[in-house]
Amino acid sequence: MITGRFFAAGADRRIAITIFILLAVAVIVPLLNLAVSPASAFYVPSYIVALTGKYLCYALLALALDLVWGYCGILSLGHGAFFALGGYAMGMYLMRQIGSRGVYGNPILPDFMVFLNYKELPWFWYGFDHFWFAGLMVLAVPGLLAFVFGWFAFRSRVTGVYLSIITQAMTYALLLAFFRNDMGFGGNNGLTDFKDILGFNVQADATRSALFAASAVMLALAVFVTWAIVGSKYGKLLMAVRDAESRTRFLGWRAENVKLFAFTVSAVMAGIAGALYVPQVGIINPGEFEPSNSIEVVVWAAVGGRGTIVGPIIGALLVNAGKSWFTGVLPEFWLFALGGLFVAVTLLLPKGIIGMWDSWRGNAKALRAASVAEEAGSDSDVPPPAKVVRSEARKPGDWSASNPEPQPAE
Amino acid sequence: MSKSNTILYLDGVSVSFDGFRAINNLSLVLDKGEMRAIIGPNGAGKTTMMDIVTGKTRPDEGEVFFDGQVDLTKHDEAEIAMMGIGRKFQKPTVFESHTIEENLMLALKGPRSIFPALFHRRSAAETRQIDDILGIIRLGDKRDELAANLSHGQKQWLEIGMLLAQDPKLLLVDEPVAGMTDAETEETARLLKDIARDHSVIVVEHDMHFVRELGVKVTCLHEGSVLSEGTLDFVSADERVVEVYLGR
Ligand SMILES: Nc1ncnc2c1ncn2[C@@H]1O[C@H](COP(=O)(O)OP(=O)(O)O)[C@@H](O)[C@H]1O
Ligand SMILES: [Mg+2]
Repeated sequence: MITGRFFAAGADRRIAITIFILLAVAVIVPLLNLAVSPASAFYVPSYIVALTGKYLCYALLALALDLVWGYCGILSLGHGAFFALGGYAMGMYLMRQIGSRGVYGNPILPDFMVFLNYKELPWFWYGFDHFWFAGLMVLAVPGLLAFVFGWFAFRSRVTGVYLSIITQAMTYALLLAFFRNDMGFGGNNGLTDFKDILGFNVQADATRSALFAASAVMLALAVFVTWAIVGSKYGKLLMAVRDAESRTRFLGWRAENVKLFAFTVSAVMAGIAGALYVPQVGIINPGEFEPSNSIEVVVWAAVGGRGTIVGPIIGALLVNAGKSWFTGVLPEFWLFALGGLFVAVTLLLPKGIIGMWDSWRGNAKALRAASVAEEAGSDSDVPPPAKVVRSEARKPGDWSASNPEPQPAE
Repeated sequence: MSKSNTILYLDGVSVSFDGFRAINNLSLVLDKGEMRAIIGPNGAGKTTMMDIVTGKTRPDEGEVFFDGQVDLTKHDEAEIAMMGIGRKFQKPTVFESHTIEENLMLALKGPRSIFPALFHRRSAAETRQIDDILGIIRLGDKRDELAANLSHGQKQWLEIGMLLAQDPKLLLVDEPVAGMTDAETEETARLLKDIARDHSVIVVEHDMHFVRELGVKVTCLHEGSVLSEGTLDFVSADERVVEVYLGR
């Protein structure tokens, strides 16, 4: 039914192209890494595979954030926490795969537990030796936290800046908790020195390529799911809550449930991103809960274009590529550059790169239409530029040109 | 006073904001099927009265009953809306980034939970209902336009259309003709009279010409309570009403 809509004539071309590119990249990049000789010009070095794989995880995180921020107006400054929790769940699986190959050779206890004099495995580590269980926790832990957090926050109608602040507080509290050695998650050092995933060496090129492909495919899937959600009646409702929450309430909708669903789905997506990220970078530590990480995600989404599906992905890829380059050249100045970028985007490109692209194309189209009409010697039915912009931006899942501000009721 | 056969029953209702009594011992009864016009100067408490009925504001004291038996003070906005009370805001409030059609679709009577909305496909019956409403509110040629592009008056109509889509038993309509031309105002009066044939309606309005057009019983509010009630001629002849309107 949803796929029917996807392949229908009116399906959003941009979404289809994005999914196609991601799936193509998932096949081509591993091939160019594994099957092409390093001497060839087409060879993709392993470090590039790992780096872009990481970026794809960030892109998934940015997309997750945009589902709640762009489409429902919930500015979460705590999405890094869901990402990190997904990462920890995966990290726990990877720790247990080390088995007796650790420094202390304990077949059950990870090294840090032996070091901290743990006598037995804490109960919450049970089951993480199974991949399926860890996979389930990757979804369940961020999802459950988001559900409980959202349940209280949305029910008590915490909105706007206050909500943003408590999401920051949430990730900060988790940061402090995970720093503690007696939490049982490796404290300051986190989880690292991974050996295998599903029996394959995490360091091997083939495994890295497989993880890259998994990230690309997962991002494609998330694009599809987000597109399906946003285009559904529920998606319309989500945007309606963003634009006029009290109107939805007086129509009988429970705005808190509308938000809660999106927030939970979004947290699960962020958790998946974190789980794919950890085996590719080889470590997860409490630093991932750092409040500034969550803020960075907001910058990615804003740069690419909030309230669009493709925007946050482009934003995450570009900003992180920029970060990699910048930290190589002028490491001390990266944070200033990031802050400056955010200010510049907010002032100059309020709809991000995608929004700029759309209005540029809209204007170009209108100009072309105008010149065609002029050549034909008639000026009667030139479409006004604003209208063209609107119809361009009206594709499902795109930010509308009108950019309505949230309006108070009454 | 008996509550039976009333659609709305307010008795001794008061509410204060930071010590200021916006509604003061207000009593108001609307019979089933009745249309009532409520007038009163700015700040008289008309909108606040609607806030109380629709669950947005909890009264400090007093009784608020819907349909003779439902205590509205025990329910929230969404529950009250589902019971069959629809509301048009004073400032027209529609979903600006959606089309006219989508606005009506979100308002259309039906299940209000998340999963049905996620997998919802529009039925032929729903399309027909939307078509009907578009005809009634005269926006049939604009169904795919963004609501943001409507004129002020058209937004008012769209919001009334959304009320109709909800199919409530009681409609609360706050200043529906503000910002409308004379022709639009007359059109709106006709529309509301039409709606009132099978709904109970409360209309708040300043425009006396419009209120006369409606030709229904009038209640004048002042400082949070009823100042005068009766036909428009009776109320506008009431010296106290003249006094609050012409100023002290
Ligand atoms: N939420 C609120 N907080 C504080 N004061 C309010 C609130 N709502 C209404 N009031 C005050 O109550 C009075 C009645 O307002 P309102 O019901 O909007 O009047 P009307 O609709 O008749 O013009 C006004 O003085 C207004 O300032
Ligand atoms: Mg008012």
